[in-house]
Amino acid sequence: MKKWKILAAAAALALASGVAQAADKLKVGFIYVGPIGDHGWSYQHDQGRLAIEKALGDKVKTSYLEKVPEGPDAERALERLVRSGHKLIFATSFGYMDTVLKVAKRHPDVKFEHATGYKRAKNVATYSSRFYEGRYIIGRIAGKMSKKGMAGYIASFPIPEVVRGINAFLLGAQSVNPDFKIKVVWVNTWYDPGKEADAAKVLISQGADIITQHTDSAAPMQVAAEKGVYAFGQASDMIKFGPKTQLTAIIDNWGPYYVKRAKAVLDGTWKSEDTWGGLKSGMVVMAPYTNMPDDVKKMAEETEAAIRDGKLHPFAGPIYDQEGKLRVKKGETLSDQELLGMNWYVKGVDDKLPK
Amino acid sequence: MNGLEAFLLTVITASTPLLLAAIGELVVERSGVLNLGVEGMMVMGAVSAFVAAYATGNPWIGVLAGAAAGALLSLPFAFLTQTLATNQVATGLALTLLGLGLSGLLGEKFVGQPGVPLPKLHIPGLSDIPFIGPVLFGHDVLVYASFAFTAGVMWFLFRTRAGLVLRAIGVNHTAAHALGYPVVKVRYMAILFGGALAGLAGAYLSLSYTPQWIENMTAGRGWIALALVVFATWRPLRVLAGAYLFGAVWILGLYVQALGFGLPSQLLTALPYIVTIVALVIISRNRTLTLTNTPASIGIPFVPDR
Amino acid sequence: MIWLEKRPAPSRLWAVLSPFAAIGMALVAGAVMFAVLGHDPLEALYVYFLEPLTSAWSIEELIVKATPLAIIGVGLAMAYRANVWNIGAEGQLVMGAVAGSVIPVLLPGWNDPTALLAMLLLGALGGALWGWIPALLKNRFNANEILTSLMLVYVAQLFLDWLVRGPFRDPQGFNFPKSVTFEGWHVMPAISGRVHLGTIIALLAVVALWVVLNRMRYGFEVRVMGSAPRAGAFAGFSAARVTSASFLLSGALAGLAGIGEVSGSIGQLQPSISPGYGFTAIIAAFLGRLSPFGVLFASLLLALTYLGGESAQLALNISGKTAQAFQGMLLFFILAADTLVNYRIHFRRSGAGEGGTP
Repeated sequence: MKKWKILAAAAALALASGVAQAADKLKVGFIYVGPIGDHGWSYQHDQGRLAIEKALGDKVKTSYLEKVPEGPDAERALERLVRSGHKLIFATSFGYMDTVLKVAKRHPDVKFEHATGYKRAKNVATYSSRFYEGRYIIGRIAGKMSKKGMAGYIASFPIPEVVRGINAFLLGAQSVNPDFKIKVVWVNTWYDPGKEADAAKVLISQGADIITQHTDSAAPMQVAAEKGVYAFGQASDMIKFGPKTQLTAIIDNWGPYYVKRAKAVLDGTWKSEDTWGGLKSGMVVMAPYTNMPDDVKKMAEETEAAIRDGKLHPFAGPIYDQEGKLRVKKGETLSDQELLGMNWYVKGVDDKLPK
Repeated sequence: MNGLEAFLLTVITASTPLLLAAIGELVVERSGVLNLGVEGMMVMGAVSAFVAAYATGNPWIGVLAGAAAGALLSLPFAFLTQTLATNQVATGLALTLLGLGLSGLLGEKFVGQPGVPLPKLHIPGLSDIPFIGPVLFGHDVLVYASFAFTAGVMWFLFRTRAGLVLRAIGVNHTAAHALGYPVVKVRYMAILFGGALAGLAGAYLSLSYTPQWIENMTAGRGWIALALVVFATWRPLRVLAGAYLFGAVWILGLYVQALGFGLPSQLLTALPYIVTIVALVIISRNRTLTLTNTPASIGIPFVPDR
Repeated sequence: MIWLEKRPAPSRLWAVLSPFAAIGMALVAGAVMFAVLGHDPLEALYVYFLEPLTSAWSIEELIVKATPLAIIGVGLAMAYRANVWNIGAEGQLVMGAVAGSVIPVLLPGWNDPTALLAMLLLGALGGALWGWIPALLKNRFNANEILTSLMLVYVAQLFLDWLVRGPFRDPQGFNFPKSVTFEGWHVMPAISGRVHLGTIIALLAVVALWVVLNRMRYGFEVRVMGSAPRAGAFAGFSAARVTSASFLLSGALAGLAGIGEVSGSIGQLQPSISPGYGFTAIIAAFLGRLSPFGVLFASLLLALTYLGGESAQLALNISGKTAQAFQGMLLFFILAADTLVNYRIHFRRSGAGEGGTP
């Protein structure tokens, strides 16, 4: 028995000294809903975490918990981070929203950042990325590059973010080819390479000659490469999976925002706010434009620049919905509120949304 | 590419991993052992195949590595359930956990790398016949292997003495032991075979279906395979039918979605599961058929009397 | 070569010692694994097993995590004893959660203690009915319950997904797939911190099922039908009845766990409400040797490994996958050590002498 006590004490001491060393650094914690090995959503957030380490060196110490399910496990994970001294915590999935607020209420001295959420508090900020700006650009490219005027869209779950993406893509395509069509398949998962590949095959066999996705794996890109159609990468640059296939990819670039927020905590200027960054702030980055003729590339670059400078808004009127109702008048644009809860399709989408 | 052809090709790729894993598990269960660790062995096969192929640049080495990994992982399961007579359900579940965890560790550095795909068969002349060419002659070796294994297992179980012994052991291991049959040895071999095939199924995923590695890429296919063995009342041809039924309904659901009829995607995604249940109910009504094929000693630990 | 000799009666010494022997072996194997991966083995083991027990908060979390496992596990244990293989507890959990949530979502005005009671009853009912389907299919059509109960898990999950994106969606929720947030009496009252009424229910379930198993006729039926079905048939016990009862009972408990989680721990209905409790409970049932109090302890042990794994991720940067692999290994060892309870292990070299365990 005694030997065990000594061992335990030694271990505790080792642990405690480890903790003490980190006491003066800012501890930044992350919880991910998936594994960083998904090479998609969670992977990109982790890249952001690494960016903090790179930029702020020994002023910070970062840690993460991956595969944290939404619900009580998330609450425990957040509490754990708080109790081990983390003062800035990023919760990187919408489903963590109410949990974050609960925990934040108990610990007013800890700052929380919730991705893609809409509820805030004094110590809870929200942030998201205007991926739809990227979708508009790739829509335009698709409009030019597709001979059949039809794209296949592999979608995960019918949440506003995904619907926004579909709409922005189609609006972009329609701005170049008003008769452009898209077919949507819902795979009901964020990543399952097999299912995504199946969906891509089905869409291609139904006539789509451009593939885009709102799921995490590179499987659709591989299928597109095999079948000789073009595709767009999602969340990370997928050129390796389709060197002749990828036209571009929408990359989630969380690094700059994360570094900014960590710095803000370090110099005491952190405030709760809602950040919805896009191309302008560098939260959305487009992979190099490849495999396309120069004039399409030029158009893509110009579109990107125009959105960045605020001259072009993807959701600028007139926009009609599926039923033909005018949703956005000419000269107006959709507000952020309306974008946040988007639950309708623009005209030209061959699918129905749950009511 | 015409629609039916594309449909068939997609169904074949979707059903192959299910068939490979299920046929292997069928042999295991026919010998009287229930191995719930299929998912773990499959995912270990997937990661091992990927890593081996990536490291050597040779997908065939990957195939071998996948099978070997599955078999290797099944070894502790065999030891525990056969030599130490532990509870098979719990041991199988432990195997799944171990497999999922280990595979994640092994594959950590390989995430996001495109894999080395298995080449597809190309017989000049035959493969070029429109429609029949690609559908019959245009697949990679593992697809053909899945059919070969199904035929092989059928032949082995029902036409060889060894197969008869295995089935006898599955039906009543006490009597088989009394007759002098090496119960434990046969079961060990069956388990290793099942492990190798589950590993092959995993290798198919990471070398052919979607040549990449992502954590947990099996996404529950091992459990479907397990269910299919039960669905097939332990008959090889029915495993084939079940795997393809499941694959076909799944792909059909995707087609219906793409056609834009507006049916809820959740319903279409649930269809393969519902159809499988309905089909099982219809098949099972023939009690005699079911009972004559059930390996009655399945799941019961065997300890030889001395 | 190793061979087993069945003991005339289960060894009471080993019944107590085996978990420790198992943990001992797992500690050694785990230490090796951690060392190979470049971590300090002693620190790792401490963080895994002891650290979660050192703070009140952590013990609370242990209880919170173990609660649904225990509730579902005791029900499954009863079913497995009767050789009724309910693999679909996860689906029954979901349907119970859905059924119980009908009140806060469709009848929000009814918000008093009776509403909570109704929620719990509906939850149990929902789970029981969903569990009844495989039983029905087995009794009427001879359809194997392993397959049917498992397939129904996926169906249940997809149904929940459809519900929270459609009819049950919170109209004020910006079209995100969540139901309204439960309030007042729709939330399980807390006992201490995050521990809520669900834990009391778990303890009651454990005691109740122990009574049923050991003191009531149904428990006797279960035990007989499990070990000697022919004898049971002679005694007039009906396999069909036991099948139905097992599924109804384990389904009801799973449903109760489901509404407990949604109402107590989450506070609303959303697409993912369980990180696989229904499947982990299967492990708990077997680890607990299919006995109610055993399942209770097994649930706590399993919860400990989850908590330890998280702790290790943070404190020592040990990857979460290591935790999973370690859990698998631990289970292996526990199962192996359990053999000693019922069997003596003999080692024999070919021919000559013999050695064995006491």
